[in-house]
Amino acid sequence: MPNISHHPDEVPVVSYRFGKGAANIETYLQLGGYESVRKCVTMEPDAIVAEMKASGLRGRGGAGFPTGMKWSFVPKQSAKPKYILVNGDESEPGTCKDRLIFEHDPHAVIEGVIIAGLAVGAQMGFIYLRGEYRYLLTIMERAIADAYAKGFLGKNIFGSGKEFEVISHTGAGAYEVGEESALMESLEGKRGIPRIRPPFPAVVGLYGGPTVINNAETIATVPHVFRIGGAEYAKLGTERNGGTRLFCLSGHVNNPGVYELPMGYNLKKMVYEVGGGIANGRKLKAVVPGGSSTPVLLPEEIDIGMDFDQVGKAGSMLGSGGVVIIDDQTCMVEFALRTMKFYQHESCGWCIPCREGTDWLKKTLTRFHAGGGVEKDIDNIRYLSENMLGRTFCPLGDAAAMPTIAFVKKFRHEFEAHLDGKPCPFAHAEDLALA
Amino acid sequence: MPDVTFTVDGKQLTAPAGTLLIDACRTAGIEIPAFCYYPGLSLQAACRMCVVRIEKMPKLQTACTTPVAEGMVVLSETDETKQARKATLELLLGNHPLDCPVCDAGGECELQDMTFKYGAAESKFVEIKQHREEQQWSPVVFFDRPRCILCYRCVRMCGEGMDVWALGVQNRGVSSVIAPNRQDHLDCEECGACIDVCPVGALTSGTYRYKTRPWEMNHVATTCTHCGDGCKVTLGIRQDNEGTEVVRGDNRDKSGINGDFLCAKGRFAFDYVNRDDRLTQPLVRQANGELEAVSWEHAIQFVGKKLTEIRNQRGGKSIGVIGSNRTTNEENYLLQKFARSILGSNNIDHHRTADFAAFAQALAAGSAKAASIRDFEAAPAMLVIGGDPTQQHPLLAWNIRTNIRLNNSRLYIANSEKIKLHRQAKAFLDLPAQDGYSAFAKSLDSGSQNDATKTFLEGLRAEASLVIAFGPELRDGTIAAIIAAFPEAKFALLGDYSNSRGAADMGLYPDLLPGYSPLSSDKVFAAEYGAAFSTTPGMNLIQMLDAAGRGDLGALYIVGSNPVSRFNVPPDSLKNTFLIVQDLFLTETAILADVVLPAASAYEKSGTMTNTYGDLQLVKKGGDRAGTRSDLEIIVRIAAAMGAKVNSLVPYGKGVHSDLGQTRGAQSGEADRHAVWLAAHNLEPRVSPFDPNAVLDEIHRLVPGYTELSRLTLAAGNDQHLPSPNPTGLVQIDLGSHAGLILPSGDGLFASGTLGRYCTVLGELAEAHPQPSEETASA
Amino acid sequence: MSPNEQNKSKASIFSPELAARFDKLVTLYPVRRSALIPMLLYAQDEVGYISEAVIQEVATRIGIFDLDVRNVLSYYSLLRTKPVGKYHVQVCTNICCMLRGGNELFEHCKQKLGVENKQTTRDGLFSVEEVECIGACSWAPAVQVNYDFHENLTTAAMDNVLEHYRSKG
Repeated sequence: MPNISHHPDEVPVVSYRFGKGAANIETYLQLGGYESVRKCVTMEPDAIVAEMKASGLRGRGGAGFPTGMKWSFVPKQSAKPKYILVNGDESEPGTCKDRLIFEHDPHAVIEGVIIAGLAVGAQMGFIYLRGEYRYLLTIMERAIADAYAKGFLGKNIFGSGKEFEVISHTGAGAYEVGEESALMESLEGKRGIPRIRPPFPAVVGLYGGPTVINNAETIATVPHVFRIGGAEYAKLGTERNGGTRLFCLSGHVNNPGVYELPMGYNLKKMVYEVGGGIANGRKLKAVVPGGSSTPVLLPEEIDIGMDFDQVGKAGSMLGSGGVVIIDDQTCMVEFALRTMKFYQHESCGWCIPCREGTDWLKKTLTRFHAGGGVEKDIDNIRYLSENMLGRTFCPLGDAAAMPTIAFVKKFRHEFEAHLDGKPCPFAHAEDLALA
Repeated sequence: MPDVTFTVDGKQLTAPAGTLLIDACRTAGIEIPAFCYYPGLSLQAACRMCVVRIEKMPKLQTACTTPVAEGMVVLSETDETKQARKATLELLLGNHPLDCPVCDAGGECELQDMTFKYGAAESKFVEIKQHREEQQWSPVVFFDRPRCILCYRCVRMCGEGMDVWALGVQNRGVSSVIAPNRQDHLDCEECGACIDVCPVGALTSGTYRYKTRPWEMNHVATTCTHCGDGCKVTLGIRQDNEGTEVVRGDNRDKSGINGDFLCAKGRFAFDYVNRDDRLTQPLVRQANGELEAVSWEHAIQFVGKKLTEIRNQRGGKSIGVIGSNRTTNEENYLLQKFARSILGSNNIDHHRTADFAAFAQALAAGSAKAASIRDFEAAPAMLVIGGDPTQQHPLLAWNIRTNIRLNNSRLYIANSEKIKLHRQAKAFLDLPAQDGYSAFAKSLDSGSQNDATKTFLEGLRAEASLVIAFGPELRDGTIAAIIAAFPEAKFALLGDYSNSRGAADMGLYPDLLPGYSPLSSDKVFAAEYGAAFSTTPGMNLIQMLDAAGRGDLGALYIVGSNPVSRFNVPPDSLKNTFLIVQDLFLTETAILADVVLPAASAYEKSGTMTNTYGDLQLVKKGGDRAGTRSDLEIIVRIAAAMGAKVNSLVPYGKGVHSDLGQTRGAQSGEADRHAVWLAAHNLEPRVSPFDPNAVLDEIHRLVPGYTELSRLTLAAGNDQHLPSPNPTGLVQIDLGSHAGLILPSGDGLFASGTLGRYCTVLGELAEAHPQPSEETASA
Repeated sequence: MSPNEQNKSKASIFSPELAARFDKLVTLYPVRRSALIPMLLYAQDEVGYISEAVIQEVATRIGIFDLDVRNVLSYYSLLRTKPVGKYHVQVCTNICCMLRGGNELFEHCKQKLGVENKQTTRDGLFSVEEVECIGACSWAPAVQVNYDFHENLTTAAMDNVLEHYRSKG
């Protein structure tokens, strides 16, 4: 089981029950579990939504859409049943936080789902976990069963007369399924191809009915918002970026791990203090701030607060919270290649620009990194990426294009160093003494 | 829906709210390119070719998924959109193979067209392309994965359009493939729509593959010669040593009564035309019993002589005529006129596939109308009693399914079999196989209905507007009862073959004249057909064959029919009859003949045909086979050889010198009524006795149901629905003899009577699909 | 009897427990088809891979064509139509693991077991596959053996992991 890291700068909200055995429902209850939903069961749906809006919580999956606002888009009346869908398909390279929530605090997810249901008028929730997270599915299934046994789920939850059912569901290996409309397709038993939008899930979602889709961390945060109060939660972060979030530090740092820090926490501080600086006495070369889909930042660009707006202003994205730290012995061309290889593998294949573009780019980068590249390849890589950007059916194309454009722009000299058959200047075995 | 006003490329347009931007633009003549968008099929937004710039929207938007909005400002051909489309093409051409020199689609390929338009021809791609081997998925469908651009038209056409669902998408990303339902081959209805709908050469026709280039062919749009739907098919014709070769059939221009649709027979079953065993020389049986090739002159003279002899010695009543379900209206009309006015015989019949006479009579008796095939495209409610449109009238099935899918129309089915269309039915009434239909008809006005029927009828009665199709199992009184029970509805009777309806309409009956005019009480034709015309009904087909067996039939003239096979006639029962057979092949009937005359096929002549719904269409001469003559020409020549006045038979020629038509008037000296009529309708007199338009003129003048037809519509190649004939005179006809003579062909998708047996491709398809597969429907 | 009805009356290829689980699974969702992907994965867990027989039975249980089952299963990386080793060693080489020796770990596994990517050892015990991010980025480099995570690896630690499975047999 992965170890839980700690740092004094952490502000434990969604992680405050980590490592305390809260997967056990009795422990969860002792630690204040299911108190928030008991509150919400007596509240008006509009009041629940208002509290969420006040919290400033924004989606923790990557897009950062304000949660309260998303819930408010669900129509009051609906001919078809409404649903809550938890996106536990965590697959963005660099991201390993939802895993800890499922392992250490699965009931928070259940509680968050019920509260969301009360807010929008849904009576059924699905918790979708990626297929590789089988041991977490087992934990979740147990938690759900325990919740049913206590009357927290089922026909008459908490004696309120209201009904709520929860089903856990496994995926089977597909990154694209993390895209919310592809997630719905997968849950409906189909290929994970995204849907045409509009209509958006809040209006036409699962089985045609209004659906709220939230990332696991977002949903798990919901009961905490009611535990500490929406306004209080908001204060922990920055303006329009309320609260805290889980950051996954990985790569060439001394203390990789998952840390809960306030929104707006300085990235440079995160790397050098929380992460403990670059391992093996090396220097920092680059930081990918929010998972592989986010454009890379140079060392001189990381003195920024990690919230959606500030990172956006710096030319990248807060994304999924996956902070990948890269030292100066790393070949950025190889890094760009490995990134593109991922997108080529995961492209659903629906639309021409992404399906063909990622393949073409992967082939070009492979040949390029192996020494078979020529000058015009560099511009071609940029050309292809720029012509994928904004042209695809879903954001996977952008996720492949934006980082590539940044790599070429910021590390052109490394690309040029691979020309004319020159061997990769960084070709060496990684020092496994790191681990 | 109220209209909205919006601007595209500076041009102000209006369209109903909810219209897709791509449709609104195309209607206004603004071209928006698209591969995956296909009208009538679900939206994909996958190809990204239709991207346009819309003000106030941050990214380029796909026109195919954007509904028009009030005040929307759109730019469709800017540097930005052109670059986006160019880049999309470049990306597509990355893995797309450079197959143009060997690809069937060359010259009619949408990818080529787009590449030319957006200038993406110079490649930046130097990597290895993804490759897979070509596959043959069925006798007629080939798949070349490298060429596939994954537009998913084929998948949707097969699923949503045809309700077959034999194609799917497998794998992911650039490894995605279109896959057939049996892993390496297709189990489907072989309609070939996937081939026509494919914008590139990924799906190609097995019968056309590698044969020629589109610009080497003449394309002729004519009417399919197979089932009673009357689809328009475009034949690709090429010159060859024996005249012409039909190289392919398709529906690429989608301009006919069939819209997007064409089935396996329309598309592939033209290969009979090119066969080596086509009859191309007249044959006469010699004394030694052998059939020997002779000249046309000899054959015609011989036939004329013999028929004259037999008529004069034994009377017209000893001569029988059997007509065809596939000859044109003009030929059918002429054949019965020849029989009645020259042979002096009313012994005329044909292989009847549906009770058209009862149908016409029942409609004439009340206020109900006939339905065109087009009525099934938009009718809010449809009822199909009997029949199996999927197998026997595939265009009807297509219209029904499309109507349901796009317009939420409601389908009711009453049948003794669970036909495939039940999947779309709102209500299905299971009828017993034995007498189920007649019992159903009887129960309509009586109070004695079982619960299932009662519920079913309640649903039907609640429908304000209904079109009803009868399968050929329904006859006579059953038809009449149902028509009487739904006086507001529109009706169709599903007969087989391209011109079974025309054969009936043109009076190939012993007791009915053209337009179902009763023989005994007719005044119109009696005035036209001269002294030899008799009002005594003749023998029907079975009676003729029986008479021949007894030795009582002097001569039998069979045009385009194979009764020996169809009616299991013992071969030697015709040995005492002078048998003349006019056909394409040496069939079981032809081989017994005294004279065999090689006829041109439906694809080699012009004229008109009427589909089973009463829609009249043009048949256009496509090819030529040396040695054959059209049935019309042969009939005229035989008449001439019998000494008949050809310009009485065929109203051609102008004025005095060639025309003795002045004697056609009831009193001599009266003006030629036909010439008067021509002048009144602004039609030119014909100059050739072999011009089918000359015969059409007479049909137009005289035949009930055809008297209001529009020549202009016909000439333009469009279909027109003819009203059901309401013959003047006594409506009451004794139809007792009719119901029992109906013999529906039961031809499914890969069978087409005798002609179908000469279509090699149909044999291959039938072999590949011995039984329709039973599968669960998609959940 | 239609082929579909024939299929239903055929005995299930799955164990009684799994068959019972599947009987229940299709009733849990608002639409039956939602059970498809979990059913395929659990069937694969028992049978080892998605065989033709699995496709047929799953198609019947869900009520769709077997073409539809193939369309879906071919999209998902975890679903396979060929068997693998008893212990399927999935080595992540995505960016975070790559930064901490994932490529070398992958090479090491292949060499140690004497197989190439997606191949199985002759004794059928191990197979190796290079995979995308498995969600262990902060504890890289990481490997999944079947569903078990093994993290913070070195080549030496990897050897211990392999030995552990080998001793289980």
